[in-house]
Amino acid sequence: MIDKFKAAFREEAYELLSQLEDTLLELESQPKNGELINAAFRAIHTVKGSSAMFGFETISHFTHEIESALDQCRNGTLPITKDFIGLTLKARDHLKNLLEYDEPPPPELVAFGETLLVRYREFLSGGHGIHPHASASSPAGSGSPSTAKQGAIEVSPSGGPTGAGGARASDTFAKGGDLSTWRIFFKPKADIFTDGTKVLNLVEELASLGEAATYAHAESIPLLEDLAAESCFCAWDIILTTAKSENDIKDVFIFVEDHAEIRIERISEEGMDEEGRAKRLGEILIERGLVTRADLRAALGSQKKLGQVLVESKILSKPEVDSALVEQEHLKKVQDKTEAAAGSIRVASDKLDALVDLVGELVTLQARLSQTSLELKDVSLASISEQFERLIAQLRDNTMSIRMLPIGSTFNKFRRVVRDLSIELGKEAELVTEGAETELDKTVIEKLGDPLVHIIRNSLDHGIERPDEREKAGKPRKGIITLSARHSGAYVLIQVSDDGKGLDRDAIYAKGLERGLIVPGQEMTDNELFLLIFAPGFSTAKAVTTVSGRGVGMDVVKREIDSLGGIVSLSTELGKGLAVTLKIPLTLAIIDGLLVRIVDEYYVVPLSSVDGCIEIHASELRDLGERRIISYRDELVPFISLRSVFQAGGDEPEIEQIVITNSQDMRVGFVVDQVVGDYQTVIKPLGRMFRDVEGLSGATILGDGTVALILDVNRLAATVQREAGRRIGHGGER
Amino acid sequence: MPKKILIVDDSAAIRQSISFILRQEGYETVEAQDGLEALTMAGTLTGLDLIITDVNMPNLDGIGFIRKVRELPAYKFTPILVLTTESQGSKMNEGKEAGATGWIVKPFNADKLLGIVSKVAG
Repeated sequence: MIDKFKAAFREEAYELLSQLEDTLLELESQPKNGELINAAFRAIHTVKGSSAMFGFETISHFTHEIESALDQCRNGTLPITKDFIGLTLKARDHLKNLLEYDEPPPPELVAFGETLLVRYREFLSGGHGIHPHASASSPAGSGSPSTAKQGAIEVSPSGGPTGAGGARASDTFAKGGDLSTWRIFFKPKADIFTDGTKVLNLVEELASLGEAATYAHAESIPLLEDLAAESCFCAWDIILTTAKSENDIKDVFIFVEDHAEIRIERISEEGMDEEGRAKRLGEILIERGLVTRADLRAALGSQKKLGQVLVESKILSKPEVDSALVEQEHLKKVQDKTEAAAGSIRVASDKLDALVDLVGELVTLQARLSQTSLELKDVSLASISEQFERLIAQLRDNTMSIRMLPIGSTFNKFRRVVRDLSIELGKEAELVTEGAETELDKTVIEKLGDPLVHIIRNSLDHGIERPDEREKAGKPRKGIITLSARHSGAYVLIQVSDDGKGLDRDAIYAKGLERGLIVPGQEMTDNELFLLIFAPGFSTAKAVTTVSGRGVGMDVVKREIDSLGGIVSLSTELGKGLAVTLKIPLTLAIIDGLLVRIVDEYYVVPLSSVDGCIEIHASELRDLGERRIISYRDELVPFISLRSVFQAGGDEPEIEQIVITNSQDMRVGFVVDQVVGDYQTVIKPLGRMFRDVEGLSGATILGDGTVALILDVNRLAATVQREAGRRIGHGGER
Repeated sequence: MPKKILIVDDSAAIRQSISFILRQEGYETVEAQDGLEALTMAGTLTGLDLIITDVNMPNLDGIGFIRKVRELPAYKFTPILVLTTESQGSKMNEGKEAGATGWIVKPFNADKLLGIVSKVAG
């Protein structure tokens, strides 16, 4: 892939160099023209920047010094002379030569470059002797950064696309290993939002470095009527236990150093007292310099809790004590963890399922609480409801994370399948796995087993050729099937790819015709055509084997993946191999959804597949006539009215909403009466009676107790596509 | 919903490679070749979650572009990252003063780019 960009870089660099030539020639006749000097600088600057990006280190190194020189010309500290232009033209020609080669270029070319650079250095140091004025002012330096730079020739940070990051990572690793605990105080300036900084992101990023406890100082937030909404009034105490170094922590704040008060202190060693217990509140307060030993002794004289006494006697404010208590609790927690020594327990999975059910019920109940408190307009109830909502969200995330298992646990099973089957088929094949640590909901993993076995079998049976055939095709005798898993947003991508013979477009087309799955002359995209192999009863294998070839299996795959709300896609190259990609949602139990209304029925669209919402007026709909296509972000998107899909009846309102969804890499719109808002949804499966209903994947219970149906976007989108295709086909005949 | 990112650079190779890396991760990208074009696009597009801009560009440079775009009400709080080759602080400070959120120093690799993008765009 990088080669593609290298070619683009070369093309662009050639063009820039030819522009540079024109510019330099013009400069010769008008050396004072600032615009021309600027243009020359920009050309070299761009070549330097992009050459470093794409690994042309020699070019990047060479252009660096020319850039410094041109920068001085721009600032007026280096006059433009005929000699200088001559030298720069030579440098341009040299760059053009360098571009012909990949890294590293021939040594004689590099050596020639060095001789040019020596002459540049002469210019820069004024040693050229013609311009005493420049030589006097330039080394004296006026402290400009570019003068400082040219003194010691800066070697750019090892250019290559992996260089910088790699070095840093190993650095962290060397310092890391042991856990330490840090106390970080972060107080952004009031105007921090004005440069686009998202303050909470920083706190969250920090927390993601390890085990963290945070305390937000909210005491200086003014009353609502005095609140300047564009200013930041909060500060945070973050107690972080991490293996990362102090520099990694500082890196979090790299963009806000000058816009915030930041204190980072290590408290690890003193985190525990002599007996290895977590520190007491008093010790923490002394350490923070908030109280003296004398204050402490006086406070300890009474029988009340220390923090309470200190607050009552006005030595400390409540937030100060609360923040210290957060630290104490964190230290205790860390201690407990280490004592439990990798403490994990086994729990029967039905207990876990029961817990998830209960959390689901709680989420539902909480939605009702929110709604009721909203209707009652009771402030104290609302605040309880809000806190409750936050807790439930945490509880939900925690419970869900317990259900997450690494997918690798199932990988071994597949290795065995490949081994046994290749012997049976007289083929040689090996299974390579990647991303075994990718986590996925337990129930999803269970349901994935069968489809994956089918896909792998299919690859072995139809994809991988026999060893002698492979040798003839110039491939190693042993075929490789790769099974990989990785996260992508709210989805997991699982891919089975092989280096076999790939899918034969013509054979599939012919077979599709024979089976009546397509009509003669039908235009299909590759993906549409290849997906035919998932159609029931489809098989292009000439001979039916015991393993596959009867067309049973691949249609099962499609059905199973559909039932998981997943998407199957294929990519193949004849003779090179086939890759089947499954896009599976992370969890099935609870999702974030978009609640919409049609007449008085509510429906939920899974938020992960929603792209956006737009309004449409009844008049616009009339203007469209039969065509059901709108333009969205420069793309024509087919849409369908859910009112007609579900035969909801009633009259359309004057203004309707279209929810644009993204499924199978294409956008489809659904017309609804109203978009209510986002909604945390506990999915309840539909009963046996409704198993064959198309377009619905489940139901959920809303805050007021009514039932909302959850849309199966993939299935509905396919319907819309068929409709659109039919209409276009129909129009073509007329 | 995917985050939408505007990439401003006069080098098509840089634009395309940044765009490629970001799209792989599920971001949506739009491109402009200088500050002037970017400013026009910012005026017509909605829902930009992040702007990444080069400094040295013809017509309107990165610093000028940031100043102008910050004046538009819709972009008062939009995160903006400056692409810079200078490892010295001058351009970063200039960018910061103009209203940039942070910077990316060229050359960078995909991990570094994605790390900074997720840091400021969330």
